Amino acid sequence: MTATGYVRPASIAEAVAARAAHPDWIVLCGATDLMVEAPLRPAPVGVVDVWALAELCGIAEVDGGAVRIGAATPWRDVVTSPLIAARAPILAAAAREIGALQIQARGTIGGNVGTSSPVGDSLPVLLALDATVELASPRGTRRVPYRDYPTGYRTTALAADELIVAITIPAAHPGARQLWRKVGTRRAQSISKIMAAALLRVEAGRFVEARIGLGAVANRPIRAAGAEAAIVGAPVGEATADAAAAALAAELTPITDVRSTAPYRLATVQQVVRRFVLEASSPSSPD
Amino acid sequence: MKVSLEVNGAARAVDVDPWRRLLDVLREDLRLTGTKEGCGEGECGACTVLLDGAPVNACLVAAGQCHGRKVTTVEGLAGHADGGAVLHEVQAALLACGGAQCGICTPGIAVCASWIVDAEPIGADAGARARVRELLAGNICRCTGYQLIVDAVVEAAQARRAGEGEP
Ligand SMILES: Cc1cc2nc3c(=O)[nH]c(=O)nc-3n(C[C@H](O)[C@H](O)[C@H](O)COP(=O)(O)OP(=O)(O)OC[C@H]3O[C@@H](n4cnc5c(N)ncnc54)[C@H](O)[C@@H]3O)c2cc1C
Ligand code: FES
Ligand code: FES
Repeated sequence: MTATGYVRPASIAEAVAARAAHPDWIVLCGATDLMVEAPLRPAPVGVVDVWALAELCGIAEVDGGAVRIGAATPWRDVVTSPLIAARAPILAAAAREIGALQIQARGTIGGNVGTSSPVGDSLPVLLALDATVELASPRGTRRVPYRDYPTGYRTTALAADELIVAITIPAAHPGARQLWRKVGTRRAQSISKIMAAALLRVEAGRFVEARIGLGAVANRPIRAAGAEAAIVGAPVGEATADAAAAALAAELTPITDVRSTAPYRLATVQQVVRRFVLEASSPSSPD
Repeated sequence: MKVSLEVNGAARAVDVDPWRRLLDVLREDLRLTGTKEGCGEGECGACTVLLDGAPVNACLVAAGQCHGRKVTTVEGLAGHADGGAVLHEVQAALLACGGAQCGICTPGIAVCASWIVDAEPIGADAGARARVRELLAGNICRCTGYQLIVDAVVEAAQARRAGEGEP
């Protein structure tokens, strides 16, 4: 048995070079996805370890109110960040429900995006908040709208030699409401049956903006385009909530698996989105 | 790979595959068997150690990632004074409150609770118990029903505050 290769780059440039030099090695960060299956699989040929790589860590405000989160930033830092609490409260809420303390201390946003599981809790939030993923490779840096990032069951737009550098969340309109709900089997440390995130904005009694991200109802995290279309332009209230729920029934075909059944998933997602619409219909409470 | 790390304040070096689990390095290579394996997949917290001060599951850390870093295990919680060991506040409180039965979860609980007492303001208010429960949600105990463990952590936090209040 040959030993696993190991390199710990000190910069993004070094990490990109390491990936180019070792095309068959994997990127390792908090290891909370990769090490879970380690006992069942052959060891990787080698790892490029980006855990705690300074250039990949941290949460900062960038151009005009957007928030940039380094890929190697652990969930714990997202949970405790005042900037995230102010700008992207539903990302903090989702982060707080990812695993428990030990997982939040190690698991990172880049790892959640990298694994791209249909039950990755932050992913519907990134859809609802219209996030962008920043990727680096020997060809330079490119930005991909998060909406285009997941391409299928655990497949993504990431090229074989690319590194996830950061996630950027654009400034939301100050009047927009952010909503999040995870439904699982127990309050902590449970994988979701479904999750839903939304950004909804009302002006003069009508919805003028609606983005809904859903998890665990398709092979990848998805936007609920049909429900969004039913909401935008419609007046606040029950009728729009019902229309959104009906649109979900038309556009979703969830599966039955060990965690839940297709009918339960559909009914629950409909109910959660109905409540989002009703909540955004009522004047915002001073919180 | 030669991995040099600090374990409980002492410099250690092991020659291991970088993909080996920190849990196995601690238990098998360094013979520090206080850290337990429950599930081996991040669910139970029996293997909790501090990595550079943060509570992590040692079953989900690759040995290579520990090079140049500091690890604290349950063996490193107690301090020394007057030539004898002095239990950490959380160890003393777990004993006093009866917060351990079979003991398999106890090292992980003690390490996690030591972090809570150090890093989180746990008061004596009604919310304190709920806060402790949320922070300990990654430590599964099949014996105690958690009540006495939560008592112990709240008591340890109180002992810490009292200790800090005195000159
Ligand atoms: C007990 C337990 C509970 C969990 N609970 C939840 C939960 O409730 N919700 C949830 O969403 N997840 C959960 N997870 C999964 C996991 O913790 C998260 O997905 C976490 O965000 C992964 O981050 P990581 O840094 O540990 O990833 P790693 O395991 O280090 O990496 C994951 C993947 O991303 C790739 N990757 C990582 N960083 C980069 C980068 N910078 N560039 C390119 N590729 C990269 C890796 O190559 C790998 O394919 C849980 C895991 C465990 C063990
Ligand atoms: S053995 Fe590591 S969390 Fe259970
Ligand atoms: S004391 Fe037995 S599992 Fe906690």
